[in-house]
Amino acid sequence: MSTTVWIILAGAVLTYLTRIGGHLVLSRFERVHPRVEAGLNAVPAAVLSTLVAPAAVAGGPAELLALVAGGLAALRGGTLLVLIVGGSTLVIARQLLG
Amino acid sequence: MQDSSRTEFGRGFARGGTIAVAMVPVAMLFGALAVQTGLSFAETVLMSAAIFAGASQLVGLELFGQHVPAWLIVFSIFAVNFRHVLYSAALGRRTGHWSEGARAFGFFFLTDPQFAESERRAESGTLLSFAWYMGVAVPLYSVWIGGTTLGAWFGGMIPDAHALGVDFLMPIYFLGLVIGFRKRPLWLPVVLSSSAASVLAYHLVGSPWHVSLGALAGILYAVVFTSSSEEAKP
Repeated sequence: MSTTVWIILAGAVLTYLTRIGGHLVLSRFERVHPRVEAGLNAVPAAVLSTLVAPAAVAGGPAELLALVAGGLAALRGGTLLVLIVGGSTLVIARQLLG
Repeated sequence: MQDSSRTEFGRGFARGGTIAVAMVPVAMLFGALAVQTGLSFAETVLMSAAIFAGASQLVGLELFGQHVPAWLIVFSIFAVNFRHVLYSAALGRRTGHWSEGARAFGFFFLTDPQFAESERRAESGTLLSFAWYMGVAVPLYSVWIGGTTLGAWFGGMIPDAHALGVDFLMPIYFLGLVIGFRKRPLWLPVVLSSSAASVLAYHLVGSPWHVSLGALAGILYAVVFTSSSEEAKP
């Protein structure tokens, strides 16, 4: 097999370990401390924010406008609405703002 | 029982199918870039099927193109995917009623949207069933591999992603998810600390470390400040 295939397979094994590892480590403890519990409850918002913030800072006015529109849509509806509102705002704003 | 798990799978499938739409362009982009970088068609599809983590695959490609040592490419993929450790620990609590085998299998599919949708499902008070979880996973995984295949095939014919606005759909989707969690305790300070820390880390340390460092800031905030806000509640 080529080096590339080995790299891909090693990357896949390590990726799987990250996906099962957190649970395996945590399940060794009988009781989860309330502070750990609070930390885990913060995981979704904390991680997902890091996928948005740098993109927002790097983006121009059209991207920011799309984020605002998508964010407002999220207050009202689900995923599909967010994508439609955010996506169409982006396309229109890019046409208008360049 | 049979019926209810079929319904559960169907509900999950509908949810996963919606999100999968946003993944198509990213999957095609990966496929096209991979072939342009010099990966064979089979290697490209294998990478999507075996790793199933978009950001890390794109980082891997970037490094394949630069002829860096193999271990460094593997390590970079691992670094980008390290956030899954947190997902895994958090979701382990929601899946206590699954068998170990179901978890070992299901957690292979633990991507960003899979995690976020599962947390939302559990938060709504519904028991997170394995059938629902796999219902979400199947369209995401299929579209990821299908999109990669298409992209690798028609590599040169990718439409202008910028004009179509598809290059920025994922951040919009992720922001929608962040807002979906707004009822959680300490939500705003967690979002603000993670956002600020990730932007800082992005400029000072560089990608992909901004994800882990940024997440750590928000989680630490919750760990440190939880007691005061929890005790304030009756």
